[in-house]
Amino acid sequence: MSHPQPNDSTAVAIENCRSDFPALQQEINGQPLVFLDSAASAQQPTAVIDAVAEYQRHDHANVHRGVHTLSHRATDAYEGARDKIQAFIHAASRREIVLTSGTTESINLVAQSYCRPRLGPGDKILISHLEHHSNIVPWQLVCEQTGAELVVTPMDDVGQLDLEAFKQLLSTEVRIVSIGHVSNALGTINPIKDIVAQAHALDIPVLIDGAQSVPHLPIDVQDLGCDFYAFSAHKMFGPTGVGVLYGRESLLEEMPPYQGGGDMILEVSFEGTTYNDLPYKFEAGTPNISGVVGMGAAIDYLQSIGVSHIAKYEHDLLEYLTQQLASVDGIRLIGTAADKASVQSFLLDDIHPHDLGTILDHQGIAIRTGHHCAMPVMDYFGISGTARASLALYNNVDDVDRLVAGLDKAKQIFA
Amino acid sequence: MNAVDINSRDDLRELYRELILDHAKSPRHFGKLAGATHTAEGINPLCGDKLRLYLRLDDEDKIDAASFEGSGCAISVAAASVMTDTIIGLNVSVALEYFRAVTRRLTDPGQDHGDNLDLGKIMAFDGVHEFPSRIKCATLAWHALNCAIHNQTKPASTE
Repeated sequence: MSHPQPNDSTAVAIENCRSDFPALQQEINGQPLVFLDSAASAQQPTAVIDAVAEYQRHDHANVHRGVHTLSHRATDAYEGARDKIQAFIHAASRREIVLTSGTTESINLVAQSYCRPRLGPGDKILISHLEHHSNIVPWQLVCEQTGAELVVTPMDDVGQLDLEAFKQLLSTEVRIVSIGHVSNALGTINPIKDIVAQAHALDIPVLIDGAQSVPHLPIDVQDLGCDFYAFSAHKMFGPTGVGVLYGRESLLEEMPPYQGGGDMILEVSFEGTTYNDLPYKFEAGTPNISGVVGMGAAIDYLQSIGVSHIAKYEHDLLEYLTQQLASVDGIRLIGTAADKASVQSFLLDDIHPHDLGTILDHQGIAIRTGHHCAMPVMDYFGISGTARASLALYNNVDDVDRLVAGLDKAKQIFA
Repeated sequence: MNAVDINSRDDLRELYRELILDHAKSPRHFGKLAGATHTAEGINPLCGDKLRLYLRLDDEDKIDAASFEGSGCAISVAAASVMTDTIIGLNVSVALEYFRAVTRRLTDPGQDHGDNLDLGKIMAFDGVHEFPSRIKCATLAWHALNCAIHNQTKPASTE
């Protein structure tokens, strides 16, 4: 049995990091909280909570506007976070880091600003069966607006993309490929470099939905070669309401603004408006400054541990989780791809996932139940939903053991 | 095992009473209804509960048959099963009184609701009010009943 042991300093550091998260130090229904729902939203470490509070207490003013001291401080904090984000994902330029409200807005921005002006009947957008609704619906909207067609790469029974089919579906009519890096419902890691290489061979740009990958895998957008990369702060221990669109500079330059407002302009008159430079052209209105500051602090926190260390630790823990779940009588694992991160979906006997969720919550164990905003994936397996345990760096072997014990209680109740 | 643990298990037993588990595993009146005069769909988007309710009313607005089909959690299936058991033979106006009594009873348990009605098996759902996220599961079928009687074509939603 692979049992992740804290046998080196990294593992010890990761084991100890649990105490950095105040929310994890509480009891729920009389039991210490076991939080296995980080794929929905991760908890925040004290470093993030304090950074946001400190900013609010001492440094808040609007950014890019005033000449006074607080406005400088706020601008420095905001733009400093952008630099951290650029370094974190290895973007070539800070001009390529557009701050948004989250992955969803980032994808909508590309759909409306990049795709909509250049799409028409006969054009295609290629996604996959594994996608979260936020990587489906924005494309459906732009298809309705332009007459373009949405094409879906099929998946197989273990939850892997059919790469042969992907190759067949790639054609000169495809105007963009948009694929998740890691499936939120199944945990499948998609072969992004391979996908990008094939699309680029036909000069098709690629957007990667990185919402589920950033806290679990080291990200290098230049190495991946993708043209757009979208992700959210709240999945990586930062605040909600903040996200990033990385875009290749040459593409962002060509794109019209997504929204109009303050901060995205150089000069406005009733005769016309000159837009601001990148990335500000895409950041209309006062942004979520404190949230961006928190995201910067979350990146500092992740890097203090090392994302590659986190990836290794979580890989071993996911293996342990999967083995332990597989040993439960009556379990059906949903999503068993060879290459996975962080997530295991499952069903137990004929107990509805919602009932499982209630019974586990009563033992202090938080999991996600339902369709995980990936209804096509549920349809593929002929189910209405799953129970999903998702891991983050603060989870450990005890959490997995508590989950398995919790499932035994559910079986007793429904026996 | 400490006292807290025992209490929490008792709460769960209050929720998943034998009667509820029995109706969830062997739902009564399950399936399509031939000659249905009224039908409505109920959807609980949070957990994916989805059911279709069928009613057959006679000339005097008495429910002489009722059935449902669909899938959902134990609470929602048991609620639909118990509801159909309860309403068959009732005039629609009485069935609606039950609908109002059940929804009030679960959302506002401190008060006496439906004193004049024979709630019978419906009282097995009293434990649900301790689990706020599950109240919608227990009331879904009843909302569908309300829609079916009023011939609403939009699915009943607990949202």
